[in-house]
Amino acid sequence: MNKIIKYVLHDIFRNRILLAYVVLLSLSSFGLFMMNEDVSKGLSSLLTVLLIVVPLVSILFTTIYFFNSYEFIELLVAQPLKRSNILLGVYAGVGISLLAAFWIGIGLPVIIFDGTIVGWYFLLSGSLLTMVFVSLAFLASVLTRDKTQGIGIAMLLWFYFTLVFDGILLMVMFAFSDYPLEKLTIFLSCLNPVDLARIMVLLKMDISALMGYTGAVFNQFFGSSFGIIFAMSVMLVWVAFPISIALRIFKRKNL
Amino acid sequence: MKVNKKHVGIQLLPRSLSVKSLHLIKLSYTVSLSVIVVCFCFATSLAAREITVKPGTKINTLHKALQLAQNGDVIKVTASTYYVEDLLVDKSVSLIGIDNPVLDGQNKSNVLIITAPKVTIQGFVIRNSGFSNIKDKAGIRVEKGDTVNIINNRLENTCFGIYLAKVTRGTISGNIIRGINTAIQSGNGIHLWYSHHINILNNNISGQRDGIYFEFATYCTISRNLSENNHRYGLHFMFSNNDTYTFNTFRKNGSGVAVMYTKHITMTNNTFEQNWGSSSYGLLLKDISKSVISNNTFSKNTSGIYMEGTNNVKAEHNNFLNNGLAVRMLANCEKDTFLLNNFMGNTFDFTTNGSENLNYLKGNYWDKYSGYDLNRDKKGDLPYRPVCLYSQIIEKLPSAVFLLRSFMAELLDKAEKALPSMAYVNLYDNEPSMHIIQP
Amino acid sequence: MIQLEGLQKKYGKIQALKGINLTLNLNQVVALVGPNASGKTTLIKCLLGMVIPDGGRILFGGKDIKGDVQYKRRIGYMPQIGRYPDNMRMGYLFGMMKDLGKTRIQDNFDEELIAAFKLEEMFGKPMRSLSGGTRQKVSAALAFLFNPEVVILDEPTAGLDPLASEILKQKIHKEKKAGKLLIVTSHIMSEVEEIANSIAYIVEGEALFYKSISEIKSDSGEDRLGKALFHLLQK
Repeated sequence: MNKIIKYVLHDIFRNRILLAYVVLLSLSSFGLFMMNEDVSKGLSSLLTVLLIVVPLVSILFTTIYFFNSYEFIELLVAQPLKRSNILLGVYAGVGISLLAAFWIGIGLPVIIFDGTIVGWYFLLSGSLLTMVFVSLAFLASVLTRDKTQGIGIAMLLWFYFTLVFDGILLMVMFAFSDYPLEKLTIFLSCLNPVDLARIMVLLKMDISALMGYTGAVFNQFFGSSFGIIFAMSVMLVWVAFPISIALRIFKRKNL
Repeated sequence: MKVNKKHVGIQLLPRSLSVKSLHLIKLSYTVSLSVIVVCFCFATSLAAREITVKPGTKINTLHKALQLAQNGDVIKVTASTYYVEDLLVDKSVSLIGIDNPVLDGQNKSNVLIITAPKVTIQGFVIRNSGFSNIKDKAGIRVEKGDTVNIINNRLENTCFGIYLAKVTRGTISGNIIRGINTAIQSGNGIHLWYSHHINILNNNISGQRDGIYFEFATYCTISRNLSENNHRYGLHFMFSNNDTYTFNTFRKNGSGVAVMYTKHITMTNNTFEQNWGSSSYGLLLKDISKSVISNNTFSKNTSGIYMEGTNNVKAEHNNFLNNGLAVRMLANCEKDTFLLNNFMGNTFDFTTNGSENLNYLKGNYWDKYSGYDLNRDKKGDLPYRPVCLYSQIIEKLPSAVFLLRSFMAELLDKAEKALPSMAYVNLYDNEPSMHIIQP
Repeated sequence: MIQLEGLQKKYGKIQALKGINLTLNLNQVVALVGPNASGKTTLIKCLLGMVIPDGGRILFGGKDIKGDVQYKRRIGYMPQIGRYPDNMRMGYLFGMMKDLGKTRIQDNFDEELIAAFKLEEMFGKPMRSLSGGTRQKVSAALAFLFNPEVVILDEPTAGLDPLASEILKQKIHKEKKAGKLLIVTSHIMSEVEEIANSIAYIVEGEALFYKSISEIKSDSGEDRLGKALFHLLQK
């Protein structure tokens, strides 16, 4: 498996799209930090990039890479290599590459300009989010043989997690606004890794706003060290769950 | 002043006599003193004698000293621990602690009660008053006094720290007040009731119920105090008109600062920060009129200012930084103006609970303003509308705060900017500043 | 060497393989022939473990291949369309494949085709810049690289220039003589006639017949394989 990771990395590090991604992230982070006089405002603008662009690029890049490597994966399957090792090898390779891109493009500027605990939470959330969407991309990829269909599924997943889920959640909140919903919301947030990542950063960033209103409940929960560990664990489940399903499918898949 | 130590021997003589004898003794013992010093001593000894309280001497309690003292005397108390309960100061004397003597109330009742005018209490550590839910027990209680000076004392574990009832003129300065009790048991740090013309300066108050409490206190000045970590309000005004508070810091209090049912208040150069909680405000204004809020900084509060039923309040040159919500102004406020304030890093700038607005915003700097300035007059060409759609949603549905900064929330706000009719609130800054306003 | 026993495979409703029985021994070139979508590629993919059969079993050297990957050490495979990591240079690709297959043989690589196709000259080029034909050459060279006992070639000469085709055919001959089993799919009957000893004819997921070419010719009385097959199928 290590060899496969090594060779995937060798291939991806020469990939122009990945390079473009790094440049995009760097430009937006340096740009946002330099345009805003206030560092914390730069970070909050960058949160949009973190919650929208990072998942989108992660899932699309991975899906496209998977389908472009389809024949190569076939060739690897024809070699005396275990299927699980092949898939996990490619997964780790893509994951490491995208994480590296994230840390160069966003990690570096955040550490340089911010360097506070908020910044670190920001980077931790971003890393987990990257891995979650790489996992989801593998799931989307093994579900179908057709590249267009695979990319379609990937886009739908992204759309669902960044927008549709929250929209439904807001409607549920409106519909049941007579009931105390905070605990339910905490539970529902576990169903969306993007929300979890956002909450983790937000609690460090907009702490005064969240302390008010009913935000106190979220803060009590996610602000405690138990809550943070809980949120991270759920994120890790979000990393592990799609890829393990993908693995099960891939093991029996007809290539 | 050394000479005055001899006064003990002549304390029982009539006042006129004693002065003469004192003079004689001085002359006989200190021939070498210059004329000026002599005159000085003569003058002071005319105004006041000195009594020293010291363990192991004849006068080893404050009670004895106070019995001996007459109006205008100075009682010096040397360092030791004195156990007192409801110690009555009913003469116009100055109690001066040397090297921080301790007055311990043994958790019984008040420690000191002052009923006479022209009293000074300085340099004491006053601790362990009684705690009662029925009667207000205090470290220093002043009743119907006049010209009271309470200076540089330290009050520890007192129910109320300094309690002024019906006092005219006075200075409370440089005191440190530390409550260690829970919210239910503790009283206020500095408590004024029906008092006027009191200056409260440079005090440092924490751990009390309210840091400073005013009820029917008028023409007072509160400045350069630090009031933090109190259970309820850092500063609490009720029915107290014509007061001024400046250069104070109110930090991490249970509910911030409250000014209620009052008019003609001047609030300038104060700092309100880190007042966090679901019903916590940097500054809560309720039924306030004709007041000025200027040059204050509101930073990292859940809500910077909460305004309910205010009118004719002028807010100028304040900085609202990194608050969850900078200003919450209910619809029953009118004729309030916000001029030349800076709004930066707040999650929300303004919220209100109605669509009508009778207040006035002009020339403020809003970091969220995205308009342009084509005619280069340093004012944005388009008005800024500080009430955003998502804050309106949270208004109706508090748990929606959970989706703050999600893609969906941002889309809603963008949509509202494109189609302003979605959440119409008649609140504009017609001349938003393009630059941060320097004071 | 390879025994297929009642091999079945369904894709949804389509029955791709309907119980194929076939025994393929060493020391020959077998051509899998049949119309489009007859199940040839599925059969190959089953052999390579890329498609998992629904029924029946495959014995490789007498052992069931189910759940095994080690038997693949003894198979070389040239796919119909070879695609490789875009940004990898050709030389690096060969290095990688050798590295991945290290366990197979002790550095005893068969690099004959690399030399014959003059691939070294292009070792510095990234794979994405290569033509389809060149990629086919790479695929062919990779199939023989580990000196395997069984080589499976899916449409090997499609896309190759005449010279390269010839080189590949000679290589196939040579390996057959060395006692190996080569399985080839092809639609070009002249080519099949040229390289194969026997033909397994597959139609609609069933092996219609498995005969040597000389047998087919004598049975039908034709001497061109195409005609002979046509004749045979008319019956």
